[in-house]
Amino acid sequence: MKKTLSWKFLSLLVVTVIAGYYLFPTLSGRSSLPSLLPPLLPRAERLNLGLDLQGGMHLVLEVVTEKAVENTVDRLIAELRREAEKENIPVERMTREGLDRIRIKLQAKEGLEGLRRILKNYSNLQQSGGADPAELVLSLAPGEMKRLQESAVRQSLETIRNRVDQFGVAEPHIVQEGDQRIVVQLPGIKEPQRAINLIGKTALLEFKLVAEDANVAEAVGGKVPEGDELLYMRGTNEQEKTSKVPLVVQKRAVLTGDLLTSAQVQINSQTNEPVVSIEFDREGARLFGEATAANVGRRLAVVLDDTVYSAPVIREKILGGKAQISGRFTTEDARDLAIVLRAGALPAPVNIISNLTVGPSLGLDSVEKGVRAAILGGVLVIAFMAVYYKLSGVIANLALLLNLIWLVGALASLRATLTLPGIAGIILGIGMAVDSNVLILERIREELRLGKTVRSAIDGGYDKAFLTIIDSHVTTLITAFALFLFGTGPVKGFAVTLSLGVIFNLVTALTGTRVVYDWMTQRWNLKTLSI
Amino acid sequence: MIEILGKTRIDFVAWRRVAFVVSSVLCLLGIVSIIQIGRGAANLGIDFAGGTSVQLKFSKSVDLSQVRALLAENGLKDSEPQQFAGGDRIMVRLKRADSGQIGMAQRVQDIFSKGLPDNPFVVEGTNEVGPAIGKDLQKAALWAIAISMLGIIAYIAWRFEFKFGVAAAIATLHDVLAVLGLFMLLNREITLLIVTALLTLAGYSLTDTVVVFDRIRENLRGRRKESLGEVINMSINEVLSRTIVTSLTVLLVLLALFVLGGEVLHDFSLALIAGVCVGTYSSWFVASPIVYEWRTWERAKLQAPVKVKAKG
Repeated sequence: MKKTLSWKFLSLLVVTVIAGYYLFPTLSGRSSLPSLLPPLLPRAERLNLGLDLQGGMHLVLEVVTEKAVENTVDRLIAELRREAEKENIPVERMTREGLDRIRIKLQAKEGLEGLRRILKNYSNLQQSGGADPAELVLSLAPGEMKRLQESAVRQSLETIRNRVDQFGVAEPHIVQEGDQRIVVQLPGIKEPQRAINLIGKTALLEFKLVAEDANVAEAVGGKVPEGDELLYMRGTNEQEKTSKVPLVVQKRAVLTGDLLTSAQVQINSQTNEPVVSIEFDREGARLFGEATAANVGRRLAVVLDDTVYSAPVIREKILGGKAQISGRFTTEDARDLAIVLRAGALPAPVNIISNLTVGPSLGLDSVEKGVRAAILGGVLVIAFMAVYYKLSGVIANLALLLNLIWLVGALASLRATLTLPGIAGIILGIGMAVDSNVLILERIREELRLGKTVRSAIDGGYDKAFLTIIDSHVTTLITAFALFLFGTGPVKGFAVTLSLGVIFNLVTALTGTRVVYDWMTQRWNLKTLSI
Repeated sequence: MIEILGKTRIDFVAWRRVAFVVSSVLCLLGIVSIIQIGRGAANLGIDFAGGTSVQLKFSKSVDLSQVRALLAENGLKDSEPQQFAGGDRIMVRLKRADSGQIGMAQRVQDIFSKGLPDNPFVVEGTNEVGPAIGKDLQKAALWAIAISMLGIIAYIAWRFEFKFGVAAAIATLHDVLAVLGLFMLLNREITLLIVTALLTLAGYSLTDTVVVFDRIRENLRGRRKESLGEVINMSINEVLSRTIVTSLTVLLVLLALFVLGGEVLHDFSLALIAGVCVGTYSSWFVASPIVYEWRTWERAKLQAPVKVKAKG
């Protein structure tokens, strides 16, 4: 009996010490604990506060995955057209229909055989005949569409993470949610609008030849020649107003940004304005050289996300794969542009579907008020218990304290993020802890009223309260589990804190206080109990 | 020992008819507010309905009518500017109709920095939610409630009896509905934090019910001559002091949060305070009486198989 008691006491102590270890950085205000015992214990770090508590930005992005599929199919069309040209198969028309279908019409049905030979190398395409004998309809193989969409979301996530890292945000949190959503959390961010621009930009960089022979006025009216497209050039006038100059360019890009190796901000010595200078890899440099050599005297448009930044005249063949993007940037604009170019383009555009920004002052204010209120509430409860149940109330208070230390310690060790709903979970957990203790104490009182001895009243009280406590805790766990499965973000946090609180509470209420009573009854021969 | 209550002999079961009327009204209110939510007519926070809210802290106190005029001038007529104590803090809310797209928060800020150039402000918070998110949240919340109800019925049915499980689930649902209805009456905004409060009170109310049920089960075992109604009354009276002590302590914390917790926690703690009161009421007057009615009805059916229409 004595031996098991000290074992129980020891294990409670060990758990509390571990919880205290994890709590230390949070309480002492240090960001992390100096690694005293690096090989033995994992690093303890300060408890993360949610954005509602410390301020920051919470973005939910939806990746337009259909666009990624369209882009892939468009790329396939361009590739097929090139191969058909190589094999001398005269193509009348090759167009994308809907999301993933390609309709190819040849000038003569004799070419079909050659086309089928080419298609043998495209296992991701499925063929079916068209209405016309010279027609062929292709579509993506089953499963291919889903794979493309999934990889688009994954790539977007990587790219956004890259951009945020280069932008420099402490402890960003970027995760996928559901099939096509990405959640970005940036704690403590000061320029939310800049961050949105940085994250939401597709950043597809293209170099396109200006179609000088096209009639711009007609194109604006809606008559764009086939193979060309109408774009607008970013304002370059002296006033601050952004003007839009229409420009017709060839649809086919000479070169795209995916062959970039670096992008840096430089100051143009002539205009004294910041520009972004970029550099291509060897393949890019070769393509750039060829394209410029073949088009000396023509204008080359620098296009980012369908906006023309500049369209300088090619004066000579450009070797070495270096180019510049200018366009009346502020230094910050230029820096952010360099970041997105380095991090690469998003495979598909993203839409921001939710943006929650909490200023640091509001967050701090609500933390301070919340903490002050919670402390007062806690003190009231502790005082009430001590007055109402006397010594037994004090013992129960010890269990409550233990429960709180364990719970917050566990949250810190799990690197959980504490949010307002999370605090609600803690409050409910403490409420349940109070309830368990009250249940036990009331049962002990009942037993004492029946005239039992202190020892057997304590045993009887715990035994009878046991099942009730188990039942009420398990039902709460069931609700918490359902919330965890179906809840999002903050509700999930609530579920986690609540479940932890419930589990710890089972231990502290049922064994934590009992250790004290057992110790008391063994030590002294109690005739009466202060309850 | 200090006792709030001595031995009590309150006849809870006798009050069940009155309680059923009261509860029906409460539930009806809740159902109406759910219908309102479904129709989009409820005062849903923008995290559910979609829209934009911007909270600004100006360096000097601002005139609300001027703010309203500025917004209207700039084509945001349906916005609801709100002023907080002190007069220097303003919250502008735009429901979905006004702001289909993200970026409205910036527009609101631009309006004020141009319109009130001599009164600079800091942005305390913005929230922009597209409509798709709100729909998803609503669906997730409904699923969570449905699954947890089933789980609770299953567990209590296994530990006690099927009737007890159903009664506990009904009582819990009743409490959530009642507080939801109360919020509709007070025209408080239903936000994600309020939903969390509803779930919290569901957990609390359930615990309360289970404690009473546990005592009923215990007393049913040792029962000799007492009727079911007497056992139920006895059980509720026996756990009465526990219920009151627990509710009081929880209320102490909640009142502290309500008074001192600041705006963010204000509605949240209000919901929980209402929840504790309704939850305590329902475990006395809803959950156990349902078990009572159900058992009596079943008994009558068994004893008089000819008379199918038994009256409870």
